[in-house]
Amino acid sequence: MAIMQVKPTRMELQNLKKRLKVAVRGHKLMKDKRDELVRRFMKLIRRNKELRESVEAVMGEALKKFVMARAKMSPHDIEEALAYPTAQAKITTSVRSELSVRVPVFEVTLSDTEGLIPYSFANTAAELDSAIIEFSQLLPKLIELAEIEKTCNLLAYEIEKTRRRVNALEYVMIPQLEETIRAIKMKLDENERGNLTRLMKTKEMLNKK
Amino acid sequence: MADIAMLGEYDSVLLAKSVGIEAYGVSDKTEAAKLIANLAKEGVKVIFITEALYAACHEIIAKYKALPLPAIIPVPSSKGTDGTALRSIKANVEKAIGVDILSEK
Repeated sequence: MAIMQVKPTRMELQNLKKRLKVAVRGHKLMKDKRDELVRRFMKLIRRNKELRESVEAVMGEALKKFVMARAKMSPHDIEEALAYPTAQAKITTSVRSELSVRVPVFEVTLSDTEGLIPYSFANTAAELDSAIIEFSQLLPKLIELAEIEKTCNLLAYEIEKTRRRVNALEYVMIPQLEETIRAIKMKLDENERGNLTRLMKTKEMLNKK
Repeated sequence: MADIAMLGEYDSVLLAKSVGIEAYGVSDKTEAAKLIANLAKEGVKVIFITEALYAACHEIIAKYKALPLPAIIPVPSSKGTDGTALRSIKANVEKAIGVDILSEK
């Protein structure tokens, strides 16, 4: 590791020592942060995978029914039936801080299933009804999935960033500082020895006279 | 403005419309990318997008990955899932931990 380009003075040594202290402390904190982030991430990602698998299964079913309904009805009819939905899915969002990573929190408010179907049953296929009901029941899960998946995304990004910083401190910054400090110390010691011998020499010469 | 939007092939998003999600039927990649940018600007909080489009527009989606909102989430289309979403979960794991720990089980 290359040492830094600094003058070998006592003042510089002091400064470098201070910087080393900060770097070591920062490294420890960063490492703790990284470990905690990974722990939380692991917990979430498993939930994420489970949720995604179940959502995909249910949604596949609902969509299959919908496709059946489409096959039974004319495109015009289906369009008409769904043209003006009565339900409105609303979500309120807030931002939570997960180890100073800002992650969103979604809360969904749904209208109840009774008012969900906006068409009369006369011209529509039965599959359409059940597809819509299934899908609306799925919605809270879908939103939860959105929240967790987004959180995982953000955590992964933060973990990567933190890990880079930890590594940079551990393998570049700290060794460089340590080596520079050592080099300055040796240089100063060398000067000290040089000075001492010079003094001894002059004293000897003075004594001889 | 609706809070939730869904992008995808017309077949797949029509169902979402019935439960009060703003549905947009698009199949073109550039159109979808433009739409995502617009929706994000308007403050839509969650954007569901069918997997095929998700894979096609991953460049623009990557831009929103590091922001808390909007959440852009892949969902299966009427043709079923092709595993894009699970792959993106795995990619996340690899990014965070370095190895894929989910597929071992």
